[in-house]
Amino acid sequence: MAFDSHQKREFKQVGTRPPRPDGIDKVTGRALYGADVSAPGMLTARILRSPHPHAKIVAIDTSEAAALPGVKGIVTGADFALPDDEFFADIAVNVMARDKALYDGHAVAAVAAISPAVAAEALKRIKVTYEVLPHVTDVDAAMRADAPVVQPGRAVETVPAGMGANVTHFCEFGHGDVADGFAKADLVVERSFRTAATHQGYIEPHACLASMTADGKADLWCCTQGQFNVRTICATLLGIEASQLRVSASEIGGGFGGKTTVFIEPVALALSRKTGKPVKLVMTRDEVFKATGPTVSTSIDVKIGMTKDGRITAGEAVLRYSGGAYPCGTVDMGAQAAFAAYDLAAVRTTGWNALTNRPKEAAYRAPGAPQAIYAVESVVDELCLALKLDPLDVRIRNAARKGTKSSYGPTFDDIGLLATLEAAKAHPHYTAPLKPGQARGLSCGFWFNFGGNTCVSLNVNTDGTVGVTEGNPDIGGSRASISLMAAEELGIEYDKVRTIIADTSSLGYNDVTDGSRVTFSVGLATIKAARDAIGKMCGRAAKIWGIDEDAVEWRDGAAHPAGPNAGQFPPMTLAEIAAVSFQTGGPIAGHHEVNVDGAGVSFGVHLVDLEVDSETGATKVLRYTVFQDAGRAVHPDYVEGQMQGGAVQGIGWALNEEYIYGRDGRLQNAGFLDYRVPVASDLPPIDTVILEIPNPGHPYGVRGVGETPIVPPLAAISNAVSRAIGVRMQELPMSPPRILKTIRAARA
Amino acid sequence: MRYEKPQTVAEAARLLTAEKGLTRILAGGTDVLVQLKAGMVEPELVVDIKALPGLRSIVSEAGGFRIGAAVSGAQLGEDAEVRALWPGVVEATNLIGSTQVQGRATMAGNLCNASPAADSVPALVAAGAVARIAGPGAARDVPVEAIPVGPGKTALKRGEFITSIFLPARPARSGDAYLRFIPRTEMDIAVASAAVSLTLDEGGTITAARVALGAVAPTVRLVEAAAAAIVGTKLEDAAVAKLAAACSAACSPIDDKRGTIEFRTEVAGVLAKRAARIAYTRAGGQA
Amino acid sequence: MSISVSTTVNGDAVDFICNPEESLLDALRGRLGLTGSKEGCGTGDCGACSVTLNGRLVCSCLVLAVEAEGAEIGTVEGLASADRLHPLQQAFLDHAALQCGVCTPGILVAAKALLEKNPDPSDEDVRYWLAGNLCRCTGYDKIVRAVQSAAAQMRSA
Repeated sequence: MAFDSHQKREFKQVGTRPPRPDGIDKVTGRALYGADVSAPGMLTARILRSPHPHAKIVAIDTSEAAALPGVKGIVTGADFALPDDEFFADIAVNVMARDKALYDGHAVAAVAAISPAVAAEALKRIKVTYEVLPHVTDVDAAMRADAPVVQPGRAVETVPAGMGANVTHFCEFGHGDVADGFAKADLVVERSFRTAATHQGYIEPHACLASMTADGKADLWCCTQGQFNVRTICATLLGIEASQLRVSASEIGGGFGGKTTVFIEPVALALSRKTGKPVKLVMTRDEVFKATGPTVSTSIDVKIGMTKDGRITAGEAVLRYSGGAYPCGTVDMGAQAAFAAYDLAAVRTTGWNALTNRPKEAAYRAPGAPQAIYAVESVVDELCLALKLDPLDVRIRNAARKGTKSSYGPTFDDIGLLATLEAAKAHPHYTAPLKPGQARGLSCGFWFNFGGNTCVSLNVNTDGTVGVTEGNPDIGGSRASISLMAAEELGIEYDKVRTIIADTSSLGYNDVTDGSRVTFSVGLATIKAARDAIGKMCGRAAKIWGIDEDAVEWRDGAAHPAGPNAGQFPPMTLAEIAAVSFQTGGPIAGHHEVNVDGAGVSFGVHLVDLEVDSETGATKVLRYTVFQDAGRAVHPDYVEGQMQGGAVQGIGWALNEEYIYGRDGRLQNAGFLDYRVPVASDLPPIDTVILEIPNPGHPYGVRGVGETPIVPPLAAISNAVSRAIGVRMQELPMSPPRILKTIRAARA
Repeated sequence: MRYEKPQTVAEAARLLTAEKGLTRILAGGTDVLVQLKAGMVEPELVVDIKALPGLRSIVSEAGGFRIGAAVSGAQLGEDAEVRALWPGVVEATNLIGSTQVQGRATMAGNLCNASPAADSVPALVAAGAVARIAGPGAARDVPVEAIPVGPGKTALKRGEFITSIFLPARPARSGDAYLRFIPRTEMDIAVASAAVSLTLDEGGTITAARVALGAVAPTVRLVEAAAAAIVGTKLEDAAVAKLAAACSAACSPIDDKRGTIEFRTEVAGVLAKRAARIAYTRAGGQA
Repeated sequence: MSISVSTTVNGDAVDFICNPEESLLDALRGRLGLTGSKEGCGTGDCGACSVTLNGRLVCSCLVLAVEAEGAEIGTVEGLASADRLHPLQQAFLDHAALQCGVCTPGILVAAKALLEKNPDPSDEDVRYWLAGNLCRCTGYDKIVRAVQSAAAQMRSA
């Protein structure tokens, strides 16, 4: 995409920090989230889940439950179409099991009843006959030839000898002669790493309210990152047409990727269809952990060669990911991202996915990248230590830059890695003295950023205000950013613009809020929709002035004659043009529909200081600074918010968060008590430094910022812990028992 | 489920005794409601004891304090006199859960929930606290360590419940402390914990001590060998090392999602060592 | 068996009918339509349902609805007056201390209880007091700053 001339202009609105439009609703408790709406006469639904990690479902007897007074409807897997397409079929089977329960918590039946108490009682009366099967939850074990087969017939055709039937995916990336590169190195380090599955941990459990009538018309209210995606999936699973299903996205209480798919929505719709009443379905926290998207769990080998002066000669990584009980391509993104920060002559990554008896993976903030980059950045740190090199200097020396052929193929355009590394080096944090027992760690991070299908309408109201209608749920302040860009482009005040999120019947298709795409893609479409409206407003002014449309230009929120030859007319503001629009041709609106390309990649660098209690293995994070290229920070408060929030999720991943399975294959910690997300007292302030290296693919230079910040903390913390205790940590999370064991083993 | 809120102890005992099915006492409810929500218990009767006379008050008695069974952690923490006499007990109680949980949770409930990891219990055991039990018969006093008999199980008989916990008077130059290990800084269940209560003579030599450990055995464990290791010492390094070793030797923990046997055994000793130093300083000893 | 409960919510006398098993949170949301308090876990681990009960900060998911009889309850809906946000609410907007906002009601109620008890807390005081209020979006940084800003403003008012 061509570099946009507007990109270098002086911004009046973009870069300021006005209050968010949904703010007062959210601080007064008025904002309506998934579970906050009810319908007259609605029923309450509950889902029965398998207690077994792997079991054949021999029979489901619902007769006793159905006979319970107040029970209005029961559905099982038989009530849903099984689409031919594998993508939809896997979702269908995950939403409601068919012949087999594939993990602890897999849905097997659902009930709609007149009250939560009746629904809960009905679940107890559903009799499921299981034939328990051997299970596997560990990725390495699952890849072996003798592992229990999670889903027969899903293995990738290229599975080599020695790998089992659970291996569903293979990928390979890279360039150059890796063997030659290692031969040129002064030191080659090869290490293996493991990372636990983690959960997005959004505070709002999945919730929806469905209403479907006998003629096939349906309305669905739900918390989702993408109402259009929900419509597509639900319409497919229920065998109805997209036009008949209107999906409205509620305010969303966090998603981080985990609400980019569906779990309960088709169930609520099916129960509504069956009972003829609205049905509300809200997950418990236990269900959220057991049955919604954790990340992949991984096992990774990394080998890197380096010269004495810090030049990386070659890099190689083998990644084994498990996305749970269904085929999963997330390893692709890990294999592509692993070495993205480096300019390498020789690099190769290969990736495998294995099925395990765990819940179906859902996206989590930069899916696949944190694990791979953790492994690579750990080995780079070990090389720096062994060769006595400054870890920032080494990264600067080897940094990917404009013109670098990336490790995954494309050649980078303008990217901000070098500037970000140099900012870190110049920052006082990097040279602040450390006390005895304290250590500093750092890591680079990377995310591709997405564009995608986007559709925006912009309506100019007759009172000179503007409504922007977009189709991506606002997950962290994006309505403010979109309003800022509309105001900027139109040349009007921020508070003259109101941005709303449309339901699926009110706007064209939009991809889900994912891949850090919204401020970039929706912003781009908003700017272009504003330009569309500006064109129309210039036309109206031309008409009023009786001059050519081409002789009118838009400046500072008003139409002006383009030059002395165009005539002498006082400028007409947006409000003035809008006020007479009914007399000049009718309402004024701008639109833009596009499949956006050109999302510029995003790099970040994190610095952390911490100390480890060598008697207990407890880690205390003392100081944390995030450096990241935002391209252009539209609303810096929310850019900082993404950087801080992502960093803290990464800190949690590094130190304490993990899915813990028992020998029985059951999840041991399905709650916030033992799935330990960071609490306020665990953390220091998270300082932020925003770099702005404009993305050539966006009119204002915007890059997505949401995902990159979860990537560096894993290795930054691990590198600091390893330096603090003098032993390389190779497994996440670095819970106190693991650290203490590592310290003891090293001393023994 | 029925809910009753009796106004007298006798009425409460009557209700509990008359009910044939499962009963639960409701004071702070921070354990009971979680169990109800999870479907772990389905009681026929819940008896709310917060309206019973004296159950929400703290009164001085014989140089110590009688803490009503419905006194919340927050209320206890605001009592400067109790805090001055038994700082370790108050700190331990204030470690239970969040600020929100502190608004409701009680020491008596923590004791009767009978979790080996209960925060207040090691401190109460080290303090030599005594529970007063009401029921169908006459009230009786029982040392707190005799209440839990295993995870989730107490020595209370049918119809019985705790009405107060008595923290005794203590000699001059006494101090207590409680430390627990959790992976985060808040909101976790103790992986291992230790409480130490001790008294010094004028020269700073320990004349009496009680050491209790949590989360390392089916019930909170009073470790007499650990106390013996420091009595007669000024808590010199050698004595502290013996204390830690005695504590680790007394552990018989389990491997679970919160910690390993190895970790709990080692860290219990570390915590006892650190708690002993705090208690010693509080007692006026020069460390 | 249904029980009739008379209570006071945000200064207003209200009555509702509930089942004995029902939590105060369920009653606030379901019986009284006050959906500002959120259920994030139902087990007292996330703080999204924080309310005050007779002046004490509690998780309303860990209180039986019947216990509200005769009590004074404060929820997020009671923070603002008709024409003015509470200083904490304004500070949360000014400091962008929320992203998704679902934890915000509980945090505001908890922070208000803190500042009533301790008008001049340290950052560490704020962080420990709010440790029972999980926020997954912000990393807490801007929340702590917003609470301190509101505290300073309330001290000077």
